[in-house]
Amino acid sequence: MKIAVPVDENTQNTNVCVSFGRAPYFLFFDTKTKQTYFVHNSAASSTGGAGIQAAQIIVDNGVDVLLTPRCGEQAADVLIAADIALYKTFSGSAQDNLDAFAADKFSELDDIHAGFHGHGGK
Amino acid sequence: MKIAVLSGKGGTGKTLLAVNLAALAQPAVYVDCDVEEPNGHLYFRPKHIVQKPVCIKIPQVNPTLCNGCRKCVEHCAFNALAYVKDNLLIFDDICHSCGLCSLLCPQKALSEIDKEIGIIQSGRADDVCIHTGILHIGQATGIPIIQNLLLEASSADALTVIDCPPGSACIVMESIKDADFCLLVTEPTLFGAHNLSMVHDLVTLFNKPFGVIINKSIPGANPAETFCKENNLPVLGKIPYDKHLSILHSNGEIAVKHSETYRALFSSLLDAVIKEVRHETAPHS
Ligand code: SF4
Ligand code: SF4
Repeated sequence: MKIAVPVDENTQNTNVCVSFGRAPYFLFFDTKTKQTYFVHNSAASSTGGAGIQAAQIIVDNGVDVLLTPRCGEQAADVLIAADIALYKTFSGSAQDNLDAFAADKFSELDDIHAGFHGHGGK
Repeated sequence: MKIAVLSGKGGTGKTLLAVNLAALAQPAVYVDCDVEEPNGHLYFRPKHIVQKPVCIKIPQVNPTLCNGCRKCVEHCAFNALAYVKDNLLIFDDICHSCGLCSLLCPQKALSEIDKEIGIIQSGRADDVCIHTGILHIGQATGIPIIQNLLLEASSADALTVIDCPPGSACIVMESIKDADFCLLVTEPTLFGAHNLSMVHDLVTLFNKPFGVIINKSIPGANPAETFCKENNLPVLGKIPYDKHLSILHSNGEIAVKHSETYRALFSSLLDAVIKEVRHETAPHS
């Protein structure tokens, strides 16, 4: 399973970024291979539709689960269309969030607008 | 003659001035470009209303032709497209109707369809034609409505008063594009002076002749007037602070129809404006 997290820096001990679409980087973690890699978020500097473009990057990286503090309506539309499960992060390091997710301590993200009807994890 | 009435924020008396000037100047055309909150028609209560839809073009995909090359997704400058699981997702509300994706698609899988984003209502009250632009809720931009509205409202001889949206964003630029003269309405406060400086920048950018009207004017310190003096902005008139006038206006009444005093007040403003417009535009015409 591949997990994505919006992060502030492209280093292992980075914090979760408060924004999804405007996050400077995304961290990708493969639970099978235990590999981590970072991708620069080209949407961060775009003038409009940043959330959609950022979501496209997540989709294109074959992600199953996105851990994020929040997510806009349109980005959620893209992610949900790709069957990506959304979970809400707590503030702090990306690693702490990944650990907590592995320990099954996460709740699904309900921080999107009303049009989002929780999309099953797994 | 087209006069645009602007202010840096809502509630400065923009509509008060625009409505009363148009009511005085009959025959006149009143154009409400404040498409998110058009309220001028509440004063005129126009009759014989004709309604027209305003549409924009948005792309539509034919899934059997699309081969997923993603050219459209990569080139949309507004990120209105995404490609997920063999499906092209089109975000209407983000799309700016630039038409690029339909042009680019190698498969000719994209075509443009009409999407209604608002309406224009035109009606009449006495000898004033009232044109109102109304943006449907949730739509991204009212600019196409303003473009259609100004076309619809164009009149050769009657005085045209354009009630602009508040602020200094691109929607205001669109509203003043064809104006012969801009009237900047402000309040005699520090905040008013600040907002005035923003709209002043805008009209200067467009090289429009303009004048300032100070609303709710009271004796004493007047930062907006000071700003005008320091920066050489012509103040064409003042509307004194007057509780009775505010009440009339907030009750949806056109003040010049109710009292000789207000008639005289707005007539003097209208005269000052017309004089200034003739003066400012004379060398060009
Ligand atoms: S450019 Fe045309 S063929 Fe390519 S993904 Fe877009 S719609 Fe499909
Ligand atoms: S018309 Fe322009 S803005 Fe709209 S989706 Fe196509 S490329 Fe993007």
